[in-house]
Amino acid sequence: MYNPQLTSDGKLKHLLSIEGLPKKVLQQILDTAESFVSVAERDVKKVPLLRGKTVCNIFFENSTRTRTTFEIAAKRLSADVINLNVNTSSQSKGEAILDTVNNLIAMHADMFVVRHNQSGAAHLIAKHVPDNISVVNAGDGRHSHPTQGLLDVFTIRKYKPDMHNLRVALVGDVLHSRVARSEIHALTTLGVPEIRVIAPKTLLPNEVEKMGVHVFHDMKAGLKDVDVVMMLRLQSERMSGAMLPSTQEFFKTYGLTPEKLALAKPDAIVMHPGPMNRGVEIDSRVADGGQAVILPQVTYGIAIRMAVMAILAGGSV
Amino acid sequence: MKICIKNGRIIDPKNNIDAKQDLYIAAGQIVGIGEAPKGFSANQTIDAAGLIVAPGFVDLCARLREPGDEYKATLESELRAAAAGGVTSLSCPPDTDPVLDEPGLVEMLKLRAWRHNLARIYPLGALTQKLEGKTLTEMCELTEAGCAGFTQADHPIIDTQVLWRALEYAATFGYTIFLRPEEPFLAKDGVAHDGEVAGRLGLKGIPSAAESLRIAAVLRIAQETKAKIHFCRISTAEGVALIREAKKNGIAITADVSIHHLHLTEHDIGYFDSNAHLKPPLRRLRDKDALCLGVKDGTIDAVCSDHAPVDDDAKLLPFAEAEAGATGLELLLPLTLKWSTNHKVALPQAIAKITSEAAAILGINSGDLSVGANADIAIFDPEAHWQVTPTALNSQGKNTPFINMEVTGKVIYTLLNGQITYQSNMK
Repeated sequence: MYNPQLTSDGKLKHLLSIEGLPKKVLQQILDTAESFVSVAERDVKKVPLLRGKTVCNIFFENSTRTRTTFEIAAKRLSADVINLNVNTSSQSKGEAILDTVNNLIAMHADMFVVRHNQSGAAHLIAKHVPDNISVVNAGDGRHSHPTQGLLDVFTIRKYKPDMHNLRVALVGDVLHSRVARSEIHALTTLGVPEIRVIAPKTLLPNEVEKMGVHVFHDMKAGLKDVDVVMMLRLQSERMSGAMLPSTQEFFKTYGLTPEKLALAKPDAIVMHPGPMNRGVEIDSRVADGGQAVILPQVTYGIAIRMAVMAILAGGSV
Repeated sequence: MKICIKNGRIIDPKNNIDAKQDLYIAAGQIVGIGEAPKGFSANQTIDAAGLIVAPGFVDLCARLREPGDEYKATLESELRAAAAGGVTSLSCPPDTDPVLDEPGLVEMLKLRAWRHNLARIYPLGALTQKLEGKTLTEMCELTEAGCAGFTQADHPIIDTQVLWRALEYAATFGYTIFLRPEEPFLAKDGVAHDGEVAGRLGLKGIPSAAESLRIAAVLRIAQETKAKIHFCRISTAEGVALIREAKKNGIAITADVSIHHLHLTEHDIGYFDSNAHLKPPLRRLRDKDALCLGVKDGTIDAVCSDHAPVDDDAKLLPFAEAEAGATGLELLLPLTLKWSTNHKVALPQAIAKITSEAAAILGINSGDLSVGANADIAIFDPEAHWQVTPTALNSQGKNTPFINMEVTGKVIYTLLNGQITYQSNMK
């Protein structure tokens, strides 16, 4: 099947989703990121790989953290960065998404980093841009958030290098989570043998097991002997209604407490894509505890985004 | 004007004719098959050697986009597409702007279409005013104005009391109600089948139960009210099973399916192809199989194009925001033939699904080649291959999941009322 993310000779053209990317491309990104981790520790935190290039962050949906890390990553690669918050107000003025994009193409940007609240928006833009522009998906609806998925597996690889011998559990709102979808594809591609999802039925996509995961509704059973616990963010609009009765009940059944974490392997790590809802999906004692690697995730996120942009901008590092 | 169609294979499912015979037309009517009437001398002879001469096709659902949506398509462009597709009679839903809920609008549409003289149109009136599902329309007046039945198009009635009353009122006068069965709350904001693909792509799903629940409810109301129900565009295996069972129990219902659902599944969405954004959504392989078998065994009476031309701008959007629908008038024949080939269905039985069976549902005197009938005729080459390109399509809508694919079966001549309305350059 035609893969819009790869060139005909198998090189990365756009980063739209983890699904459909071969293992060697994922490994190339992770290995490249490895070399960028040290850049942040230097006095001069810059490399000249994207000098003279213009990276345009187009955020159709609000974001602070992701946009900031993309901006830092591009600047550390010496690119010029333009931030455009096309929030919902100008969309409601009726400007079509591709009109916005056309304007930026006319300004000769080299790379678009795109976030949009609709699944498939990044694919649409990638199909539309001229050949010399690369598109990086920074989150599209519920579909994909590939750099988050990559930074998560990068973090796991740091702490648990033997990916072929891992049990990973994702806990919480899988249904609405682009992060969960990206993580599942990344872990599957890299050969993690057992991926579990733990959630009530209302927060799981229909036929989710076809993505290659084991479904658990009982958190205690699901956490037993896992190496990695990946918590998902519960959006506030889902906290009470037809999906869930209340945050209290959710915390009681699916919140990660030290007691529940004790069921996992003693050296298990705890991850969260942020921003966290303390007391909803995660107990502060776990979030700030010794097994949490939540802040390193953020640090590695910059290296991953540098790696993706460097590879897209011209290959050799 | 007297026309003789020579050397063709005549297939007229209603009259059980499948034979190589000549057909004679005079004054817009069929005047003879096999033998010319006494003293007949043709002004024009059409050589149909190697071609099939069939009744002009009857399409149960084609949106012409007038009034109100002329930027998507016009009566002229879509009636030309109908002629090019061999469609001589078509039924159009009332989801126009304004909605077809007043007799004057229906009369105006019929008049404007009549002036083009390319196909007969049978509008379906709105079942409720503005399709809002609250107040009934003047069904008697609308019928006098030319409505062939009533429907809510893609706006299912939410209030089941209104649904009940609407069916009851229509049943009083014996009008047929065309319902696309969908439970509105379960389908809310959904854009794809609630299954593997929607889950992977992060699209909001519409479960199969949205269809089967509504079918079950409507069947129950139909039994109570004796309303004449036609189920439009069935999409699920469960739906087919419910209708099969109801027919077995003697409930007088009919059903159709769109050409798309006989060939495509949720997987054809690929990477968010908005051409595959359809209503109802494309479903699983087993649904597609059940639909194909349902048409074969007669559970599903007719096949329709579900023609919905959409402008490019409305498709160049993220999948969920893109407008649903596909152009279909010119694909009705090739995709029906493809179904018959795939499922080893004899040609006359396949043609019945887009002629006599559809005409019977609409209650119109059309879809056959009886002597004395209007000479509405489609002459086609069942073996001709052609590519579905934007330029090959007459419809103003170029949006179809079959774009750039090769299909088999090409209309060569279309006659309406004994006049040639379309002639292909392929012969």
